[in-house]
Amino acid sequence: MDTPDSASGTYPAISLSVEGLACIRGGRAVFGGLSFAGAGGDAIELHGPNGAGKSSLLRLLAGLLHPAAGTIAWTAGDGAARPPLAYCGHRDPVKAWLTVREQLAWWRDLEGGGSVEGAAQAMGLGPLLEVAGGLLSAGQRRRLALARLALTEAPVWLLDEPTVSLDEDGAALLRTMIGRHRSQGGLAIAATHLPIGLPDARTVMLPGDAAEGPDGP
Amino acid sequence: MRPYLATFRRDLRFAVRHSADTAVVLAFFVVTVILFPLGVGPAAGTLAAIAPGVIWVAALLATLLSLDRLFAADFEDGTVDLFLTGRNSLLLIVLAKCAAHWLTTGLPLIILSPVLAAMLHLPAAGYLMLALGLLFGTPMLTLIGAVGAALVLGARRGGVLIAILVLPLYIPVLIFGVLSIDAVIHAADPWPHILLLAAALLAGLAIAPPAVTLALRSAAE
Repeated sequence: MDTPDSASGTYPAISLSVEGLACIRGGRAVFGGLSFAGAGGDAIELHGPNGAGKSSLLRLLAGLLHPAAGTIAWTAGDGAARPPLAYCGHRDPVKAWLTVREQLAWWRDLEGGGSVEGAAQAMGLGPLLEVAGGLLSAGQRRRLALARLALTEAPVWLLDEPTVSLDEDGAALLRTMIGRHRSQGGLAIAATHLPIGLPDARTVMLPGDAAEGPDGP
Repeated sequence: MRPYLATFRRDLRFAVRHSADTAVVLAFFVVTVILFPLGVGPAAGTLAAIAPGVIWVAALLATLLSLDRLFAADFEDGTVDLFLTGRNSLLLIVLAKCAAHWLTTGLPLIILSPVLAAMLHLPAAGYLMLALGLLFGTPMLTLIGAVGAALVLGARRGGVLIAILVLPLYIPVLIFGVLSIDAVIHAADPWPHILLLAAALLAGLAIAPPAVTLALRSAAE
């Protein structure tokens, strides 16, 4: 099984093409006319002020929301309609009553494969394996949520403000994970209002003034 | 099967680590039934006549009390988003969660019911049908309840809303459960009622999980 911590594995070729995408939330046009493209090996940073629709765009890409207009077209190497994807929302799906090891083991069973210890080490959680989720700090919970990425075999990572509450070490570990993912042909899309510092990442700007009208500039 | 077994085991582990939550549901079941001898008086004839209905209504209400733990926590912390975006069958995950819910709510209710039946002087002939009716009826309570629990996700005062949504749908289960006991006590044939409960359970197994998946998807929007 290909896991992101075995350097040999590579994902099948994938690509993403977004054309004229518009998002309406609660009757308000969040953004419109958005187009960009990406492929395996790319990193895309979604920038924009609060409320510009970064999280909504990620949820659209994840298939959790439906576009008001426009298309999201994926190609997956195996001919599937959409490549498997790993979505990390702004909430950490960490249970207070599971230890770090139990939480990671459940995700491993859910997502496909990989080693629990390897995933914990990827985000520097090795010493915390037996600690209950309820005792983790906000930054440690975030690290645990991101460690799930090391257990998925999904070529597409959708990350919502992944560096929020991470310290500099945690952010560096995340950059390493994303780098390894890209070197295997994976695509990483991160919404962030601060630069994460991914090397040669593409930037998609969400202007945040689409409220003027969906057919604005 | 591994993702679904793992989800089932995770929910069982939750019930074990939060055994107080399960105990509260069972205590509610027992206390509700105990209120009836105190309210209608200790006459054995009266109690025996109302015993099937009382135990079934108490089982309905106790199940209702347990429904909020089915999806609410997973929805709040974003685990439902993982279910929706992952590669697994949402339908089977829902079934795994319902199975764990029944095992930690419905089954304990069945095990406790003979004790309560004895307290209400249920005639001996009624015990088997009480247990059988609950055996086919409580999974149905879990399945209907799961639809309600998924529909009220994200709503304010979901606890009240879920009662209004779910209790009317519990009425057929209640009617056939009670009828089967009354029938056997009055020397009539109880099996049509039990078979109807079993048939309803099969229909529920086919209809409820897809409805839950639709409700979860719309809650995530």
